[in-house]
Formats: sequence, C-alpha cells, structure tokens
Amino acid sequence: MSSNLPPNPPERSANHFVAPIEETPLLSIDSVAADSQTSNLWADAWRDLRVRPMFYISSVLILLVVFVALFPGLFTSVPPNNQCLLAHSNGGPTSGHILGFTRQGCDIFSRIVHGAATSLSVGIIVTVLTASLGIVFGALAGFYGGWLDSLLSRLGDIFFSIPYILAAVVIMSVLVAYRNVWVISLAIGIFAWPATARVLRAEVFRVKTSDFVMASTALGVSRFRILLRHILPNSIAPVIVVTTISLAAAIVAEATLSFLGVGLPTNVMSWGNDISQAQTDLRSAPQTLIYPSIALSITVLSFIMLGEVVRDALDPKARALR
Amino acid sequence: MLLYILRRLLQVIPVLLGTTLLIYFMVFALPGDPIIAMFGDKTPNPAIVAQLREQYHLDQPFFVQYFIYLGGIFRGDFGIAFSGEPVSQILARTFPVTIRLSLIALAIEMFFGILVGLISGLRKGKLFDASSLVVSLILISLPIFVIAFVAQYFFGVQLAWARTTVGVGAPTKDLILPAFVLASISFAQIVRLTRGSVIETSSLDFVQTAYSKGLSRRRVIPVHILRNSLIPVVTYLGTDLGVLLVGATVTEGIFNVPGVGNTLYQAILRGEGPTVVSFVTVMVLIYLGVNLIIDLLYAVLDPRIRYVK
Repeated sequence: MSSNLPPNPPERSANHFVAPIEETPLLSIDSVAADSQTSNLWADAWRDLRVRPMFYISSVLILLVVFVALFPGLFTSVPPNNQCLLAHSNGGPTSGHILGFTRQGCDIFSRIVHGAATSLSVGIIVTVLTASLGIVFGALAGFYGGWLDSLLSRLGDIFFSIPYILAAVVIMSVLVAYRNVWVISLAIGIFAWPATARVLRAEVFRVKTSDFVMASTALGVSRFRILLRHILPNSIAPVIVVTTISLAAAIVAEATLSFLGVGLPTNVMSWGNDISQAQTDLRSAPQTLIYPSIALSITVLSFIMLGEVVRDALDPKARALR
Repeated sequence: MLLYILRRLLQVIPVLLGTTLLIYFMVFALPGDPIIAMFGDKTPNPAIVAQLREQYHLDQPFFVQYFIYLGGIFRGDFGIAFSGEPVSQILARTFPVTIRLSLIALAIEMFFGILVGLISGLRKGKLFDASSLVVSLILISLPIFVIAFVAQYFFGVQLAWARTTVGVGAPTKDLILPAFVLASISFAQIVRLTRGSVIETSSLDFVQTAYSKGLSRRRVIPVHILRNSLIPVVTYLGTDLGVLLVGATVTEGIFNVPGVGNTLYQAILRGEGPTVVSFVTVMVLIYLGVNLIIDLLYAVLDPRIRYVK
C-alpha cells in the first residue's frame, strides 16, 4: 500500500491543484458557439408573443384607447357636455351623433370618447400604486424572511381579508367631500396590493436559492444589491402578468364604485357614471346603457387578453397547456 | 390534525383584530365627521351633536372606542342601522336569502364551470376549447352590473322568462336569474382552473396506467382524471366567496333581492355611513369564517396540507 505513494509528497501549494491550461480539455469544452441563439426568458417570451394574433389585437386596442384618452378632440368634434339639448333626451342616432343621446340630451359617442381618460387614469394610478407597494413588500418579505416576512405577510393577510371593493366602498362613503380620481385610486389600490406581494414573495423565495445568487454572494456583492440587481429582475415576470390583469380589475372597480354612487362625482365624465345614470332608462333607451358598457368591456377585455398572452409567453408551464 | 386546527385558529386572531381595527380606523380617523355626516346638508344642534358623541363613545380615546366596538361585535351587537333597527335583527331577516342565492349561484357555477372546463381540457385546442376560452374572456371583462342589466333586459323584459325583480319573500324561482348573473363572474375562473388541472392530470402516469389496464374512458375520466383535478377548484372556493359577497351587493341591488347585499347597497345609495360600515364588517367576518372552514375542510381532503410547517 504505502509503496504506491510517491516517496516525497509534494509540498501543498495552490499551483499543484491547478493543471497547466494546455493539458486540460477545458478549453474545448468551454468554447462557446457564438452563432447559436442564447436562451433568455425575455427573448423567448418576445419570440412567442410575436406570433400570437391575440397579442396584436389587444395591443392595438390598448393603443387605441390610450390615444382616445389623450386626444379626445381628434375623434369627436361634439363637446360632451355644453351642447346637451333636452329636446334630444334619450333620442336615437342621428347624423353627426351616431350613438344617440343620453337622458340629458348629451351625445353618447362624445361622452364615451371623453370618458376614456378617467377610466384609464384610475387604472394606471391603481396599478402603479399596487405594483410599487406589492413589489417593495413582496421583495422584502421574500428576501429577508424571518420576522420581517411574518410581519409583512400578516399585514398582507389583513388587507387581503377585506374584499377591496367593499373596503373602497367604506373609504369612499367616509370621504364624501373628497371624491376625485386620486382618492378613488388610493381607495382601490390600498387594499389591492397583497395579491402582487404574495406572487413576488413566492418567486423571490424560489430565486434566492439559485446558483447565480450564491455566486454573487461569493463575489462579495452586498445583500441589498443582490436583491436589486440579481433577484428582482429574475422574479418580476409573474408580477407583470398580475399587474396587467389588475389594471383591468381597477377599471372595473372604478366603474362599480361609480355605479354604486360612491365613485366619482356625477359631474366627472366616466363610463361608470354614464352606466349608473342610464340604469333607470334601461327599458326606454337601452342605448344609453349598452354603448358605455361596450366601451368599458372592450378596454377591460384588451388588458385581460394582453395579460393572458404575456402569461403564456413568460410561463413555460402555461405554454404547455395551450 | 388537532395541531393544524389549533395553529389555523391562532392565525385567525391577528387577522380578525387587524381587519376590524382597519375598518374602524378608516371610518373614525379619516377626515370627515361621522356625526356631522349623519345630518347631511343640515346644520345640527350642538347639544344633539354632543349627546350623539357621548352615545357613540366618540369622546373617548381611539383605542377605548375600538375595544368598545370590538366587545360589541363579540356579543353579536353590530350597532344600530340608520333605520333604528339593530343590525343583528336585519341580518337575521336578510341573511337566509343571501345564503340561498349564493348556494344556487355556487351550484350553477360549479356544475357548468367544471363541465365546460373538463370538456375543454379533454379536447385541448379543438373548437369547443377555443370557444369556451373566448366566452370566458368576455365574461371576465364584463362588469357584474352590466351582466345583470343585460340579463334583466333580455330575460326579464324582452323574453319575459323571469321576473325582473324578486317578489316578496324571495321565492326560489325568482332567484334563479340573479343566481345565474352572480354565477357568471366565477364561471370563467372555474372553467380555466379545471381545464388547466385536467390537462395536467391527463398526462400523468397513473392515467396512462388506468387506460392500459383496459379501463374505459367513462371510468377513467370521472374517477381518475376529474377527481384528481378538483383540488385547485376547491382552493378557489375561498377566493370565490369574496367575489360572491361583492357580486351579491350589486346583483341583489339590481334585482331587488331582500338579502344582506341589498341592505348594504341601499345603505350605500342613501349615504348611510355607519350602516355601511356595520354591514361591511359583517361581510368581512363571514368571509374570514368561511375561509377558515374551507381551509379546515381542505386539510381533511388533502393530508399533505396538515404536515406543512
């Protein structure tokens, strides 16, 4: 046994553990085929999105709604409010007023065009609010764990246990004097964030055990920087999906609150207000209710469709279900 | 199992305290005076305001007020509605109607949702699957009040198949149309959950084994595939309850169903702040309670849940 050992074991030093580079096959193994396509979640997702008709339909619809909201004057020359004639009350379509008139004799088409901005801004403000709260709380809870996780998760449970429309109803009933786009968005958003936080927390939990995180730790990257530069970009995909769909939910929530009469004041033009005011005329003038509802539903549908295709593209498991 | 129940019960306590505190805080700490708000546009007599402040303990510190309110809840005292009737009495009258409506809606959405989801999952990518996807996307994007109005207009006014509003005592046949409307919100979710789960289960080995040992599709589909695909649907029941509660507020309001939701709806329309808060609190407590029961049932159905730390 002992005769097999070299008579004088070499002194242990670092260069004995590394073979000379010429003697290792590592070079050929490590060589990168530069012309092969790299696999990357975002590139894959984009390739997947580009071939799906639903992606184009929803994007075009969303761009259209955004465009209408930004430049309503380009789509209708009829002022929405100051040319209302009671003589036209609940009237059918005439030339120049293709969708007919509301009970107050206002042009329905013009009101729909001018109401787009309200619905969209509530949607966007709520989404920014829920996404920021959800990302901050979800990332901190998932990354640091321990008591911070318990605290934030219980806090999320509490907010999650109150259905957000009911919570918004309470807030808006109290804040009668302060009803505007910002307050209604705050009332919806403040109770809608736990869904985003939960999704991100779970994803951060999964990603933080990855090899590349360990590698960054070994390289001495600070904990906070690891979270910001390495973990977040790799766990944000499900948040994007949830966020797109929550934009649609926020638009519906605003309309529901306006419908219940605790949303925006009636002098603010919004689809929810128009639908709410039209409900008494459903039998005599269904067009006053149907057209704003269609506008609302198409907008909501396009955001939900976008969320669906993005989910399919970002989640390989969802792709298999298709 | 006992340990799991105990732990789950302990978890409810902070959430219960938190939600009630939050609702209480929202109402009494936000700008706007609840007592002045009770008088609407009129200027109240200061002596009456002072008396009301004392009656509602508003002269006490915030936390004292909160504990008085919490104590009331535990004794089943949810306050007095604007009409002067105790909220608990209104609940006793309206709650059974809402339960009936929700159960019919639940039965409808479960039956059609699971059926359509199962067929879509088994025929992935075929015409039926594609059309069920389109229908469910459209249903998801229609707000509940739009569905309710359209249903009321077509089935109530045009076709006259059902009464547009529910009659006295809420006979079950009048509840069917509102129940379908209420069911339509979660129908799409159940279809998609079932479909995804069925596709996943169908590709598992034990299903292949079942087929290869000669079992017919008529046995494999209900017993092997469907039963094992229903766990996500059961989990969804908890979330669904929140949807049903909000949906019931709108649906009961539109169809004039004499339930809890309608009472809340009327209170919101009339701007009766304190009544709104009492009913929202009740709904949140129902939501928490049923979610607890579902979680416990879920642990009975799926033993893995009990052992997770």
